[in-house]
Amino acid sequence: MNLRRLFAIVMKELRQMRRDRITLAMIVGIPVMQLVLFGYAINLNLRGLETGIADQSNTAASRALVMDMVATGVIDPTVSATTPQELMEDIRRGRISIGIVIPPDFERRRFEGREAVQVLVDGSDTVVQSAAVQLAQVPLNTRPTTNLRTSATGQVGAGQVSVVSFYNPERRSAINIVPGLIGVILTMTMVLFTGVAIVRERERGNMELLIATPLSSSELMIGKVLPYAAIGLIQTTVILVLGVWLFDVPIRGSLLDVYLAAVLLILANLTLGLLISTKAQSQFQAMQMTFFVFLPSILLSGFMFPFAGMPRVVQWLAEVLPLTHFLRLIRGIMLRGAGLTELWPDVLALLGFIVVMMTLAISRFRKRLD
Amino acid sequence: MSIEAHSTDTHDLAIRARGLTKRFGQLVAVNHVDLSVPRAHVYGFLGPNGSGKTTTIRMLCGLLTPTEGDVEVLGLRIPAQAEELRRRIGYMTQKFSLFEDLTVRENLEFLAAVQDIPRAEAAKRIDELVEQYHFADRQKQLAGTMSGGQKQRLALAGAVIQKPELLFLDEPTSAVDPESRRDFWEKLFDLADAGTTILVSTHYMDEAERCHRIAILDRGVLVADGTPDELTQSLAGRTLEVMAKQPRRAQQALLGVPGVLSVAQIGNALRVLNDANGDAAERVRKALADVGLEAEVSASHPNLEDVFVSSTRGRDDEAVGATTPGKAA
Repeated sequence: MNLRRLFAIVMKELRQMRRDRITLAMIVGIPVMQLVLFGYAINLNLRGLETGIADQSNTAASRALVMDMVATGVIDPTVSATTPQELMEDIRRGRISIGIVIPPDFERRRFEGREAVQVLVDGSDTVVQSAAVQLAQVPLNTRPTTNLRTSATGQVGAGQVSVVSFYNPERRSAINIVPGLIGVILTMTMVLFTGVAIVRERERGNMELLIATPLSSSELMIGKVLPYAAIGLIQTTVILVLGVWLFDVPIRGSLLDVYLAAVLLILANLTLGLLISTKAQSQFQAMQMTFFVFLPSILLSGFMFPFAGMPRVVQWLAEVLPLTHFLRLIRGIMLRGAGLTELWPDVLALLGFIVVMMTLAISRFRKRLD
Repeated sequence: MSIEAHSTDTHDLAIRARGLTKRFGQLVAVNHVDLSVPRAHVYGFLGPNGSGKTTTIRMLCGLLTPTEGDVEVLGLRIPAQAEELRRRIGYMTQKFSLFEDLTVRENLEFLAAVQDIPRAEAAKRIDELVEQYHFADRQKQLAGTMSGGQKQRLALAGAVIQKPELLFLDEPTSAVDPESRRDFWEKLFDLADAGTTILVSTHYMDEAERCHRIAILDRGVLVADGTPDELTQSLAGRTLEVMAKQPRRAQQALLGVPGVLSVAQIGNALRVLNDANGDAAERVRKALADVGLEAEVSASHPNLEDVFVSSTRGRDDEAVGATTPGKAA
C-alpha cells in the first residue's frame, strides 16, 4: 500500500465528483426527499412477536391468561423471566419486543378490578406497540364460573391489562422511521455510487490506463471507497439534523455510537458495491445488481415490516443483509439508548460482512483484461 | 530476480516474443507471432482493423495473458513479471483513456503520483511536459473539451511522464488531422533519439514508412517483418504502372489475369501488383491487347502498400479480388 498513490486516487475521485453536478445534488437531495416522503409511515398488524413472560403469580388463572395471550398469535413466548427488570433489560438488548409481567398479587388485583397485568413494549417499533394494544384486549376472566366484580359496561377485565410503552410513548412513527431511513438511504446511495464508479471507468476506457500503471488492486479499491465513505457521513448528518429538527427524533444513545454504526453500514455497502463493480460489465448492469440487493434490504430488513413477522427462512436471508443489522443497532442506540457494546452481535455481523466483501472484491479484481 | 533476467543474451532487444498466440474461444486473434524489437527503435505494427495489433500489444505489456508462447520484454518474463514491467513502460491506449473530467494538469498530476514520482520532481516534470507538448495556456482546461489532436498529445505526455524505457502506442493517430500527425511523429523521433524504444501500431502506410522497422499483421499472423526498404526491395520488378484511356475497363480486364494480385486505380493510372512468376509486364501488355485496349505499361517503384497487399493476398486465395476496388465497384 503506497499512500501517495492511494491519495492520488482519492483526490481524483473528489475532483471528478466536484464536477459531476447531478451526483453532487443527489448526495443531499436523496436524503432530504426520502426523509420527507417516508416521514409518514405505514402501520401494520403483526404476529409472532418475541415475548418475555415474568409470571410471578404462577397460579392456574395466570397460566390460563398467558395461554390466552399466546392463543391470539400475536406473541411468541421465547423468554421466561422472574422480574420486570429482567424483561426491561431484554427489551433494551433487543432480545424481545414485548414483556408481560404478572405480579404476585395478580389474583387479588383481578378481583379488586385493579390493573392486574403489565405489558412492556419496545416502542421503538410502532407496529409492535399496536400489537401490544391487541394483547390488552384479552379478557382476564375466561371462566364463566368465576365470580368477578365487573365494570358497569359488562366488559369484563377491560382496562385490567395496562400497556406501558417504553422509548416511544406517543407512538409517533417518524421516530421509528427516521433512524431506519439513515440505513435505507446509505444502502441505496453507497452501493450505487461505488458500483457505478468502477464500471464507469471500464466503460470510458480509463481502466485500461489504470491497470497498465504500478497502481495495486487494493490501492485502487480503497482509494475509490474512501471519498464515498465521507459522503455517507455527510448524508447521515443531513438525515440526523432534519430528523431532530422536523420530527423531534430523539438520540438517546451516544452520538459517537450513531456515527460508528453508520460507518459500519457505509463500509459494508461500499465493499458490496465494489464487488458488484468487479462483476458488472456496464453501468446499467451495476444498477440492476444494486436494486437486486436494495429491494430485499427495504422489505426484509425490518425497515418496512417487522422482522419478527417473517418466516424463519426469510429471516435467515435477512440476516445476510447489512441493513438488518444496522437497523437493530441504530434503533437500539437512538431510541433505546443502548450502547454499541451491548449490541455487539450486530456489530460483529457488519464487520464480518465488510471483511468478506472487501476480500472478495480485491481478489476478484484483476489487473488484466482477460 | 532481475539480475537473472538481465543476464540473458537479449539485452539489445527490448521485446522478444516467440510463438505468441491468443485465442478467444474459437477465434485465433494472434497466431504464433515471432517478434524481435531492437532497443531505441521506432517499430511499426501495420495491419487492418481486427488483425490482432491491439491484442498483441496488450499481451506484450501484460494486460492479456497469452494462450501460448514466450514473451520477454525489457528482460522480464511476461506475464509473470508484468507488475515489474509496469514501472518501466508507457502505454497509450487506442481510445483516449485519460480522465475527461479532469484538467490537463490534474491528469498529469494523477499519473505522476500513480507512477511514484516524488512530489517535487513531479511538479518539475509536469512543467517540462506542459512546455514540450504545448499545453502552457491550457493547463486548466478539462481534457474532455479538447480536440482529437490535443487529446492525443496529452495522452502521449501522460504515457512518457515517468520516462519509460519502452513505449507502446496503439493507433495513436487514428482520430487526428494530418498536421497533428506530423507533429506527433516528430515527438516520437525525439523520444527514440533519447533512447526510448517505441512500438507503434497504425493502419496508415505513410506512418509505417517512417518506422525503423515494421511488422505486418494480417488476421493474427505476422506476414512480413523488416525495414521498410527491405520490404519494398523484395517486390522489385513486380509493380507496374498502366496508363490506359479507359482505366476502369482495363482494370476489369486485368483482374482475371493469372499472376495479377491487385489492380488499384490511382488517378488516371492503374497500379498493378504481380506475383513473382515470369515477366509481369509482358503478361499485362498481352492481356490488355487481347481485349483491344490501348495502354502504356511501365515499371514502378514498389511501396509499402504493395508490400502489404502482396503479403496478405498471397496467404489466402479467397481474399484475392475480394477487397480489390475494381471488383467491389
